[in-house]
Amino acid sequence: MTDQQLTTRAKVERSMTRRRRAEMRFRAYGVMSIAFGLLCLVVLFSNILGQGLSTFRQTVLEVNLHIDGDALGISRQSSEAEISAADYETLLKNFMREKAGATSRDDRRLAGTLVSVGAPWQIRDAVLANTDVIGDHLRLEIIMDDDVDQWYKHDRDIGQPGRLKDNQIKWLESWIADGSLHTRFNTTFFVNGDSREPELAGIRGAIAGSLLTMLVTFLLSFPIGVAAAIYLEEFAPRNRMTEIVEININNLAAVPSITFGLLGLAIFIGLFGVARSTPLVGGLVLTLMTLPTIIISGRAAIKAVPPSIREAALGLGASRMQMVFHHVLPLALPGMLTGTIIGMAQALGETAPLLMVGMIAFVVDVPNFISDPATVLPVQIFLWSDSPERAFTERTSGAIIVLLAFLIVMNTAAVWLRRRLERRW
Amino acid sequence: MPIIKDHKTDGLPFSDSPKLKARNVNVFYGEKQAIYDVSLDIGANEVIALIGPSGCGKSTFLRCLNRMNDTIEICRVDGQILLDDDDIYGSKVDVVPLRARVGMVFQKPNPFPKSIFDNVAYGPRIHGLVEHRDELHEIVENSLKRAGLWNEVKDRLHAPGTGLSGGQQQRLCIARTIAVDPEVILMDEPCSALDPIATAKIEELIDELRENYTIAIVTHSMQQAARVSQRTAYFHMGQLIEVNPTDLVFTTPQHSLTEAYITGRFG
Repeated sequence: MTDQQLTTRAKVERSMTRRRRAEMRFRAYGVMSIAFGLLCLVVLFSNILGQGLSTFRQTVLEVNLHIDGDALGISRQSSEAEISAADYETLLKNFMREKAGATSRDDRRLAGTLVSVGAPWQIRDAVLANTDVIGDHLRLEIIMDDDVDQWYKHDRDIGQPGRLKDNQIKWLESWIADGSLHTRFNTTFFVNGDSREPELAGIRGAIAGSLLTMLVTFLLSFPIGVAAAIYLEEFAPRNRMTEIVEININNLAAVPSITFGLLGLAIFIGLFGVARSTPLVGGLVLTLMTLPTIIISGRAAIKAVPPSIREAALGLGASRMQMVFHHVLPLALPGMLTGTIIGMAQALGETAPLLMVGMIAFVVDVPNFISDPATVLPVQIFLWSDSPERAFTERTSGAIIVLLAFLIVMNTAAVWLRRRLERRW
Repeated sequence: MPIIKDHKTDGLPFSDSPKLKARNVNVFYGEKQAIYDVSLDIGANEVIALIGPSGCGKSTFLRCLNRMNDTIEICRVDGQILLDDDDIYGSKVDVVPLRARVGMVFQKPNPFPKSIFDNVAYGPRIHGLVEHRDELHEIVENSLKRAGLWNEVKDRLHAPGTGLSGGQQQRLCIARTIAVDPEVILMDEPCSALDPIATAKIEELIDELRENYTIAIVTHSMQQAARVSQRTAYFHMGQLIEVNPTDLVFTTPQHSLTEAYITGRFG
C-alpha cells in the first residue's frame, strides 16, 4: 500500500520536471514572439520618424526686399490684376545676385537657383495682401530650393555638398552666420496641395480628399452595414438563401481590395458614369470594401446581446422591431461602432482600389466637394515614393507619419467609444 | 413515439371556469416531438403547478401559452389553445397583444439594463397604456408595491435594475410583467436562481397575485408546488400523466409514474 503510494508520487514528481520545462519553453516562445513584434515596430517607427520628421522643418531665408514700384511697373493704386502680373521673378533674382555678390555669369545663375521657384509667388501674395509695401521694404521668409533645404538639414552636418556648388555653399554659410538662413515649422507641407517642386508640395489636398472620401464611405457603409447586420441576425429566415448571402459576405471580407477597384471601375464609372478621380467614386469603392467588415462585426455585436433580454422584451409584448431598436441595438451599438471605425481606418489606409478609379491623378488643387478631382493620403504617399528627388523621399515619410497619426487617433477613438458606451448587465 | 401508448391523462385536467384551454396539443422541434397530445385547462384565478423531470416538456408547454415558442424557428405547435375561447394560434392572431394579455416571468431574472423605473414603465409605454407621466408613475408605483419591491427601491427608482440582488431582480421582473396588467402570468422556474429567503418572498407574492391573475408555474421544487398551487400537473416524457388538486397529488398520486417522481425515485 505504502509502496504503491510512493511510486505514484515518484511518477508524478518525475513527470513534473518535464511538464515544468515544457511550460517554461512555451512561455519563452511567447516572450520571444512579443519581443520580435516589438522590435519590428521599433524599427518601423524609428525608420519612418528618422526619415520623415525633418519634413516638418523648412529652410527659409529672411530677407528685407525693396519692392521697387518703378522697376515692377506698379504703384499702390494699381489694380489687383496689374499687381499679380508684375515680374517678381526678376526682382527676386536681382536681389539674390546682389545679396550673394555674384558677378560672373555662372555665379549669377547659381545665386538665382538658391530660392524656390515658388518664391516669386510668395512675394506676389505678400504684396497683394498689403499694397503699402510697394515702394517700400518687405520683410519676408523666402522658401529655399529643395537642394538647399536638403543640404541644410542633412548634408551640412556631415560636411557633404549635396547637389550644391562650392560658391553656393560659401554664400549660404555666410547667411547662416548672420542668422538670415534658418529653418522654421513647415507650414507649406500642411497648407499646399501637391506640386512638382518638393519644397512647395503639401498634403492638404490629400487630407481633404481623404476626409471627403471617408465621409462618403461612412455615410454609405454605416447605415447599410448596420441595417444588413440587423436584418441577417434578427429578421432573416434561416434558409438556403440566407446561408448563401452569409457565406458570400464572409468571403467578400477576404477579397483582395484591388478587385473592388476593378468592380468600381466597371460599375460606377463604366455603367453609371460617375466622374473618375473623385472622392465620390473612391468612397463608393471603399464602401464596397468596408461593408463586409461592418456587417460581420455588427452581427457579432448583435449576437453578443444575451437572449434573455430579447425574451424579456418579447414576453412583455414588444414587437420584433421594438425589441431590436429598444434593447438589442443600444447594447450592440458600441461593438458596431468599434467595427465601423476599424473598417474606416482600413479604408483610410487603402491604396490599391483607388488606383483603379483614377485617384492616382496628379491633383494640385485642394478638393472642396465630393465631385472635385482629388487624391487621398496613401495614394499621395505612393506618388511621392515614386519621385526621384531626395526631398520627396523625406516627404513620403512625413506623409506616412501624418497617416499613422490619423490611424492611431481613429483606433484610440474606437477603444474610447467602446469603453464609454459599453453597458454592463 | 410516446412512452405510454394511448395514455389518457389521469385525474381532473379540466376546470369549471377555464381561463386557458389547451386541447390535443402536440409540439415538434423539427422532426422531434416534444409534447404528445396534451389537453389541460387552467382555471381563472388559480395557480397551477407544472412539475416533472428535466426534459419532460413542461417549459415547452408553458411557452406555448403565450406563443414564446414562435421565436424558435423549427418549433411547430399542433392542436388548439384557447384564451377565453379565442384560439391564440388562429391565423389572424397577432402575438403582440396576446403577450400583453399573457405575461411571462423567466427562469433567470432578466431586467433590462435600464433604470428600475424604466424597466417597469417599458410595457405600459410600448402598449400606450398611459397618457400622462403621472399615470405612468402611478402604474410603476402600484406594480412595484404589488411585487413587494416598492419599499426597497422607492428611493432609487433611477438606479439601474441590474444593480439589484437576484431576488429583487426577479421581483422587478414580476413588477414589470404586472405593469402591463395581464390576465395570465406564466412563470418558468422563477425561483431556481434564488436563495431560500428570496424564494419565500416570491412564493408569498404568488399567493397574493392569485386574487387578480391566473398563474401557471413550472417548478422543479415539489415543496414549492405544494406551497403555492391549487392544482398540480405532472408531465413525463412529453405526456401529461396526471392532473389533480395539489394536496391529492402529493398524498395519494393516482398514477404510478407520479408516485415514483414525488417519492424521489427519479427526477
